Amino acid sequence: MIDRDPWQSFARYTPARIALGRTGASLPTAEVLRFSLAHAQARDAVHMPFDAATVEGEIRALGFDTLRVESAAPARDVYLRRPDLGRRLSDESRARLSARDAAPVDLALVVADGLSAAAIHAQTAPFLAALKPWIEKEGWSVAPVALAAQARVALGDEVGERLKARALVVLVGERPGLSSPDSLGLYLTLNPHVGRSDAERNCISNVRAEGLSHPLAAFKLAWHIREALRLGLTGVGLKDESDLLLIDGSPPAALPDLT
Amino acid sequence: MAFVHRIGARSHAFADLKDLMAKATPPRSGDMLAGIAAASAEENVAAKMCLAEVPLKTFLSEALVPYEQDEVTRLILDGHDPVAFAPVSALTIGDFRDFLLSEQATPEVLAGLAKGLTPEMVAAVSKLMRNQDLILVAKKCRVVTRFRNTIGLPGTTAVRLQPNHPTDDAAGVSSTILDGLLYGCGDAVIGINPASDSLPVIDRLLRLMDEVIRRFDIPTQSCVLTHVTSSIALMNRGAPVDLVFQSIAGTEGANRSFGVDLNVLQEGYDAARALNRGTVGQNAMYFETGQGSALSAGAHHGVDQQTLEARAYAVARKYEPLLVNTVVGFIGPEYLYDGKQIIRAGLEDHFCGKLLGVPLGVDVCYTNHAEADQDDMDTLLTLLGAAGVTYIMGIPGADDVMLNYQSTSFHDALYIREVLGLKRAPEFEAWLERMGITDPSGRLLPASGAHPLLGFVREQAA
Repeated sequence: MIDRDPWQSFARYTPARIALGRTGASLPTAEVLRFSLAHAQARDAVHMPFDAATVEGEIRALGFDTLRVESAAPARDVYLRRPDLGRRLSDESRARLSARDAAPVDLALVVADGLSAAAIHAQTAPFLAALKPWIEKEGWSVAPVALAAQARVALGDEVGERLKARALVVLVGERPGLSSPDSLGLYLTLNPHVGRSDAERNCISNVRAEGLSHPLAAFKLAWHIREALRLGLTGVGLKDESDLLLIDGSPPAALPDLT
Repeated sequence: MAFVHRIGARSHAFADLKDLMAKATPPRSGDMLAGIAAASAEENVAAKMCLAEVPLKTFLSEALVPYEQDEVTRLILDGHDPVAFAPVSALTIGDFRDFLLSEQATPEVLAGLAKGLTPEMVAAVSKLMRNQDLILVAKKCRVVTRFRNTIGLPGTTAVRLQPNHPTDDAAGVSSTILDGLLYGCGDAVIGINPASDSLPVIDRLLRLMDEVIRRFDIPTQSCVLTHVTSSIALMNRGAPVDLVFQSIAGTEGANRSFGVDLNVLQEGYDAARALNRGTVGQNAMYFETGQGSALSAGAHHGVDQQTLEARAYAVARKYEPLLVNTVVGFIGPEYLYDGKQIIRAGLEDHFCGKLLGVPLGVDVCYTNHAEADQDDMDTLLTLLGAAGVTYIMGIPGADDVMLNYQSTSFHDALYIREVLGLKRAPEFEAWLERMGITDPSGRLLPASGAHPLLGFVREQAA
């Protein structure tokens, strides 16, 4: 009854659902059920709570200082309906950050649960481990890594501003897909301050083992940070040409010397 | 100007025209988020009743977004065609609904009216319309565009083949292109959302699609959905760009948050036209929109999201696009909460776009944090098929593995053709038959493992 597609062997080139076969115009039963299961799992990932304590321990083990903040969204259901609250610090977090007497730094790193705590749990420590050598090679000073709960990308602007950072990197749990419930996004913003727009950021998405690998993502981010600091801008004016430096698809040992 | 409407002993007051428009809008989470929605069900209907009595021409003298502050408003009002508007200039919004549904409003009459209508007029009347009204009127609108094939003919609907891959891998992208073509999809465009913003990567994707289209002589066009400034840079380097893409919105501020203004869009349009790569026409732009983008950018001016969405179509039509689509459920539950709201918005957007003369397709879609599922998408897809939607998305298994959302699949396209008898763009339909993919009725033939398209993927993988 089912027409199978004779190009099933190509499915190894992509995680996309190709060569599913058909019965008439429609999907075979097994595929309909497989899809339903994936959707159920993605729905569950959206609502999984953020285990900030464990992630904080892993980040500290890499040698970074940390601090914790929360957004103004009091609960997950409110967070989903009110993105404005997820972009703002809670009063208590703001007061705590203001009380710090921080020296200016090159870089602030904010780890935000976004729409997938599962992504933060899985990707944060291995990604930061891959990024750390680039930070050391470039000699960038770094503020304590801020773990932000119920937080969207723009929450980082306020954190970066209060940490007196020249550049802000937000690691955020991306909206779970059916095939990727744990994908990390990286957003770079120069001179972060409240009110920055998305056109003023650069984004590197789909950071996970099956997507953009941690070493490649760390190299790409380091390239962007250095270009942003050199050119004095992020966003649509900063075009990604980092791939030109790859050697057989792998990152070079260092960024080229500035001349 | 303030508005008041009495219902029994109660009187409902509305501060101005944009307040009246917002409160007359069918309920949705984005307007609640903005704090501009009706506070009660009765207030919502009172606003509709009040709006029904407002003359259409009021929208020519009262701008919802100030003329001095916003280039989109200036585009709309300066470009308004009073001659085209004349046949309906004496009508109220309520009369206008009756007119649109009447037998007088033929496809020819509606096409002649498009340049005389502003997005605000079209949005206003949509607020008084039920879903069936939105379907019936949209079905009467004809918007035909051409590049290497003919999109939008009556009785047809097209499909964008969307072969996204999480790392833009050539073999992965090629495999999905093959899958889509062998399922009879790809007449609207083969359009990739790149995972990377890297110009060399985008250049490679453009050359890959150009190669497959040329080698197999496919009557279709390609697009990498990257920022218009990147497309311009790539065209300057000699990359084979068919369609120039950009996300757009209904206010100057929201467009700025996308890093564009009307001048930049004009540059993209001029550059694409200069390449002259179309064979049967030169509609060379591809725009995407979606309710809620202006609020998301903090640039909504207190105007409801559906009206602002319609304003984006006024931006689009200036550049004679081949394709425009509303990515209706992509933005998330804070703007369209559940399946019901997504379905309503999809029908509104399609109606508004078509009435304004824009070739509107719909990305029938939802995200995993919205209260919606594939059943809701089946419903919206079927309604849009009945409404004559210009095109839909085709994504393998409905699962976009790069953008992480669910849309419509190659199978869904077969379904809607089967149920409603919809054909593909004629040039593409003929190509499929020539290639032994479909029979003369347009149904898929049993697939062959020896099809030459399979060889293309093997080359890319080698």
